Amino acid sequence: MRIAALVKRICQQMLRDKRTLALLFVAPLIILTLMYFLFNGNTVDSKLAVVNVDYSLVNVLEEADINVKQYEKADKETIVEDELDGLLKMKKGKLELTLLNRDPTTSKALQVKVNQAVSLYTQSKRMDQHAASVKLPQKGIDTQYVYGNSETEFFDVLSPVLVGFFVFFFVFLISGIGLLKERTTGTLERMMSTPIRRWEIVTAYLIGFGIFAVIQTVIVVLFSIHVLDVVMVGSVWNVILINLLLALVALSLGTLLSTFAASEFQMVQFIPVVVIPQIFFAGILPLDGMADWLQALGKVMPIYYAAGALKGVMYQGLSLSEMSGNIFALVVFAIIFITLNIFALKKYRRL
Amino acid sequence: MNISIAIERVSKRFGKKVVLHEIDLQIEEGRIYGFIGPSGAGKTTLVKMIVGMDMPDSGTIHVLNEKVPNLALLQEIGYMAQADALYAELTGKENLTFFASLYNLNKIEMKNRIAYAAELVNLTNELNKKVSAYSGGMKRRLSLAIALIQDPKILILDEPTVGIDPELRLSIWNELLRLKDEEGKTIIVTTHVMDEAEKCDFVAMVRDGVILTRGTPQELKTYYGAGNLDEVFLQAGRSHS
Repeated sequence: MRIAALVKRICQQMLRDKRTLALLFVAPLIILTLMYFLFNGNTVDSKLAVVNVDYSLVNVLEEADINVKQYEKADKETIVEDELDGLLKMKKGKLELTLLNRDPTTSKALQVKVNQAVSLYTQSKRMDQHAASVKLPQKGIDTQYVYGNSETEFFDVLSPVLVGFFVFFFVFLISGIGLLKERTTGTLERMMSTPIRRWEIVTAYLIGFGIFAVIQTVIVVLFSIHVLDVVMVGSVWNVILINLLLALVALSLGTLLSTFAASEFQMVQFIPVVVIPQIFFAGILPLDGMADWLQALGKVMPIYYAAGALKGVMYQGLSLSEMSGNIFALVVFAIIFITLNIFALKKYRRL
Repeated sequence: MNISIAIERVSKRFGKKVVLHEIDLQIEEGRIYGFIGPSGAGKTTLVKMIVGMDMPDSGTIHVLNEKVPNLALLQEIGYMAQADALYAELTGKENLTFFASLYNLNKIEMKNRIAYAAELVNLTNELNKKVSAYSGGMKRRLSLAIALIQDPKILILDEPTVGIDPELRLSIWNELLRLKDEEGKTIIVTTHVMDEAEKCDFVAMVRDGVILTRGTPQELKTYYGAGNLDEVFLQAGRSHS
């Protein structure tokens, strides 16, 4: 059986190449762990200077996890010198907020917090005046979640996307370079002088590298669920199945693009062109706000569908049938790329 | 005599460059046929077309009465490319086993053929080494062993003895002659070493995509009144241009 012989040979070659194996199986775990710690870091409480501010407002501010420092006098320079994030001043009965704004994200967060505290404060003032004639909710709002819970972190939403992306990236790179090596060393041509059929070569490549893609997927998925404690509401099998489909797409795309690369270096050049743009459409950034043409562009990217399906299964706990549209899209991608691969081999032999 | 390979009016161009121009050639079964000429003459393109890996723009090629390209025919053609196409991470034996299984040999055949081919090229003791540790000559010999692995009726060897020491070259040529005489194999060899050309039954001198002259080495020397094939080649080239 020619396919079996070819699969066996691919496995032999991979197992002898320890570095590539490490790249395939260990590198994603390291990056995932790093991302986990990066995104789960605690936010530092903002430091706010207050001048001439009512003491009950200070209380409200402190309750909102703001580190409040009282000053007699303060201006912009005080903010810089004392490494503060902002300054709240009461001037002629009006509140004035000065922000350091070195990092817009923390500034925005502080601004929101201060605004909330101030409106809470003015509300309570008004309530005192009206002598509690109206019945108002006593405590804070009781929040319910459709997906996840109050403990949900950004990483929980991000990790399904990352799992899919790693599978895509590493399988794409390794299968592409694998077939490219066959081209440059002439072994592909040599193989074509034997009675092997073109579809047999493509199939064997899909199976051979597919085996490693499966192992990688299982390791990455189990690691994120059990070690990094990522939210996993749906079935692990569905996650593996989706990743497998994505690996198939990556494999066939990688081997196909290797046709257009003359060297390993040229293969690596496909990463910024083909792989990186897919991250933008993987659901890390919300797609709904994008321009229409950008959204349309996202829909021709395999990772868009895979990440959607993975997020659906891992985070929202949806079943495969609810994700059938995404799965169908992945299957279509794989079929197109595999067919193109079989045609691309015509370069070596017409039969 | 049966005609093993028949080439009729074959032309091929890559872009504007004419690589082969209306080549006509008939190769008899059980003969060694040498294609001689400088690099870039079109020898490799011609042998690739016989294997079916390259298509002529016009003209036809028949091998064993089947029109090329034909998948079943590849079982009967042993091809050794100019560049050693080997898997460097694998051992010599694994390379041989891989190609043997592409020809669907069964276990016993495979074992016997690997032992035979390795013995022929003097690699029996090196089979378990990785190819990356092989010398240039050893790689060439392994490529030759792979070309013989499925016991094909036709052997097509593109510059088979480059980088092989004289003693082994002699023993390889002796084996090629034995394969021809005892097993009736048809062998095509490209070379630019003229003393190897002397050992061929027929030679075709190729330059700039055309066959300058052809015949047995003896006929050619007599016809051009030359002492060796080098002179024949030079004279044929002159009279052609």
